[in-house]
Amino acid sequence: LRIKGNSMESKIRFILIQNRAGKTRLAKWYMQFDDDEKQKLIEEVHAVVTVRDAKHTNFVEFRNFKIIYRRYAGLYFCICVDVTDNNLAYLEAIHNFVEVLNEYFHNVCELDLVFNFYKVYTVVDEMFLAGEIRETSQTKVLKQLLMLQSLE
Amino acid sequence: MSPSVRLQEMIRVIRSARTQGEERGIIQRECADIRAQFRQGDNGERSHSLAKLLYVHMLGYPAHFGQMECVRLIASPRYNEKRIGYLGAMMLLDEKQDASLLITNSIKNDLSHSSQYVQSLALCTLACMGSAEMCRDLAPEIERLLRASNSYIKKKATLCAVHIIRKVPELAELFTPSARTLLSEKNHGVLHGAVVLITELCKRNPDTLDQFRKTVPELVQIMKGLVTSSYSPEHNVAGISDPFLQVRILRLLRILGHNNDTASDAMNDLLAQVATNTDSSKTAGSAVLYETVLTIMDINSESGLRVLAVNILGRFLLNNDRNIRYISMTSLQKIVQTDHNAVQRHRGTIVDCLKDQDTSVKRRALELSLALVSAVNIRSMMKELLIFLSFCPPELRSQTASGIFNAAERYSPSKRWHIDTILHVLTTAGGDVRDETVPNLIQLITTASELHCYTVHKLYRALVKDIAQQSLVQVACWCIGEYGDLLLKGECEEIEPLQVTEDDVLDALETVLQSHMSSPATRGFALTATMKLSTRITDNVDRIRSIVSIYGSCIDLELQQRAVEYNALFKKYDHMRAAVLERMPVMDKNSPGYTNGDTPGEIKEPDTSKPKPVEAGLLSEPASQVCDLLDLLGGTDTPLQPSPAPTSTPTTTSSADLLDLLGGLETPHSSIPTVSVYEKNGLSLKIQYDKQTETEVTVSLIASNSTQNDITSFTLQAAVPKVYTRSIFKLHLCSLQIDSFPSTACQPSISPL
Repeated sequence: LRIKGNSMESKIRFILIQNRAGKTRLAKWYMQFDDDEKQKLIEEVHAVVTVRDAKHTNFVEFRNFKIIYRRYAGLYFCICVDVTDNNLAYLEAIHNFVEVLNEYFHNVCELDLVFNFYKVYTVVDEMFLAGEIRETSQTKVLKQLLMLQSLE
Repeated sequence: MSPSVRLQEMIRVIRSARTQGEERGIIQRECADIRAQFRQGDNGERSHSLAKLLYVHMLGYPAHFGQMECVRLIASPRYNEKRIGYLGAMMLLDEKQDASLLITNSIKNDLSHSSQYVQSLALCTLACMGSAEMCRDLAPEIERLLRASNSYIKKKATLCAVHIIRKVPELAELFTPSARTLLSEKNHGVLHGAVVLITELCKRNPDTLDQFRKTVPELVQIMKGLVTSSYSPEHNVAGISDPFLQVRILRLLRILGHNNDTASDAMNDLLAQVATNTDSSKTAGSAVLYETVLTIMDINSESGLRVLAVNILGRFLLNNDRNIRYISMTSLQKIVQTDHNAVQRHRGTIVDCLKDQDTSVKRRALELSLALVSAVNIRSMMKELLIFLSFCPPELRSQTASGIFNAAERYSPSKRWHIDTILHVLTTAGGDVRDETVPNLIQLITTASELHCYTVHKLYRALVKDIAQQSLVQVACWCIGEYGDLLLKGECEEIEPLQVTEDDVLDALETVLQSHMSSPATRGFALTATMKLSTRITDNVDRIRSIVSIYGSCIDLELQQRAVEYNALFKKYDHMRAAVLERMPVMDKNSPGYTNGDTPGEIKEPDTSKPKPVEAGLLSEPASQVCDLLDLLGGTDTPLQPSPAPTSTPTTTSSADLLDLLGGLETPHSSIPTVSVYEKNGLSLKIQYDKQTETEVTVSLIASNSTQNDITSFTLQAAVPKVYTRSIFKLHLCSLQIDSFPSTACQPSISPL
């Protein structure tokens, strides 16, 4: 089952945060998928990523794309990109994102992401947009997030 | 929106469910609640309910009834409600839903809202799920925002523009002028977005690409700034100044410099600088270096720079981080053809990576190692590869085996080494080799006539040890059948002597015949080998006779047929037995593609004789012999129908007889008739459409000379239209049938244009 879409475009197809049991903590899609396709993808990613351990690379070939992932405690942060993309750069992007979450939630843990899920989406939207990395400066992102928070 | 107590409450309740069923029950109740809220509550209540619904949706439950709510909430004047509405739109709505069109107007209004945060919500949503129509409607707005003063908005607007261009490529021209000016922004976020936008524009339109080539000096300047100074401390990652921006700029430079000398020259110095100055101790630095290497290899860079790039990749191979080793090999794979010598220098490290723990690293190392095998290093490389074969994970075995065979075929230093290598592979991984290996190996063995004795001894020993590997057993049986006399003689220079009696040999073959591990094909081989031995041994012919007659009532149809025919050979045609079963001629390879099922054109007949069975008036039993012959020639898959009529005239060589047999195999000529293209002065040329497979069409040119004299200097030249050169259309000129051209004078020559 190929993921449809023009693979001439190099961009992020989706970002997933899952825990070891397979529960989705965040799913951001940058491409058109039906609901059941989304479910299938979530399950497949979970299957592929959870069997790997420290002696594997952080890159997995996935259908006609590849997944860059990193495990933080019980959570897997996965970004699905094109095969021609720079693996290491996206690995850094994941880490950048996690550091922002950490700052924003003051030593983030999984429950923070559960109870404040809509805020997590805000963080994602500050740092990624239209399948591309948008803002990489942690200071700037945190400043924006605090501004947004004050509007609530 | 302060996290609604009720939202948190609901989440807590859901999490406290102990079973899936309990959870479903809770969700159902909550959804009913939410639905009631949607029907009657005010907007404040609505947004809380929608938030709850979104959480439920994240758990995987259906939430489509919330779609209209999103539309309503987006239109609300309050920020909190808008925000949940937009989030809902991004999560629940997509192009296929009709509701998505309804929000176009709201987005349009919000794009010009006084609060930048509202604008940003709208931009974000559009960039996430905007359909082609929405994009078309709103593109002018976005373009206006690209020139707006606020960098926060510009950042989002640029990426929104990228999304629009992806959805509606025709709108690219709209954004080109603004993209150009954005390059002078200082804000990294905007700059990043601008580079992405320009990359997208250039990818889609070659004219735009030309236009943007002029920006190369500017881009080089920006990069220089990033690399040399701490241009912006906020964007520092592990000592590298905004690696993400650097990577994107390098990518854009790659596209701009590809196939263009002026642009490539302009960036040469910069690339050298980045390559030497970037600190690669952390991932961020390595990411930048990696992108630099990719760019260097893809543009017209000078050779010194290319060597630098390959060396960087080589350094990566020694890195402790497995990720870096992996990507290094991926890149080396792409350049191993063009920069072969440079990559060869790192062969040792690559071979070491075969022992890595990660399968994907192993796979890369295998592909690279196979690409690096050459005549010089074949012996040492093969040693490593054979060791790898014994320990490699099962999914890589057949690839390794095929790779080893290919390498051995191209570079083997001696026939004996070649045979040894193939035998080694068959013993270790016989189950994973391709089917053509057996005929290939047999063909190889026949050509190495000085090694027949050695080969048959070796195979016999392998057979006695273990009969599980089918390919090995098949080859062993065939050899024993052919060269059994050499085996029985007992001595052989290259191997320790072993006394083998006739009974031993027959025992071995019978074991194969009777074992449940043997496949039907293998048993066929064994039976035929047993039969062949009847002319090569002296004492135990009766034993053979009895074996053959037993199998005359075997359940397997193929074996039964063979046994019956052999029986007949013993009884009625005993006078022919010796001739039928004599030694096979040396087999040539048919044609370059002979290992595959599809052989192009006619099969070249072997140089030495006419297989005797064919001449001797065809009757059923030799057909099975010929069957083997054709199998071994790697011929067709279709079953052979023995030609019923004995061939009448041996005027043309009996190779024609062979070909007649094969003529029955070819797919019937299609309805395209033979075209006569030239008839003049006694020379007639006809083009005949022979056969067509999925990948090939075979056409024959038949030239005949009906004059008294010889025709000299006959040249055939074939050409294809320029359109089809290179990969699409390969012209394959194969064998020549010299039929009616009088012998000596004329040597037709064939040359492809």
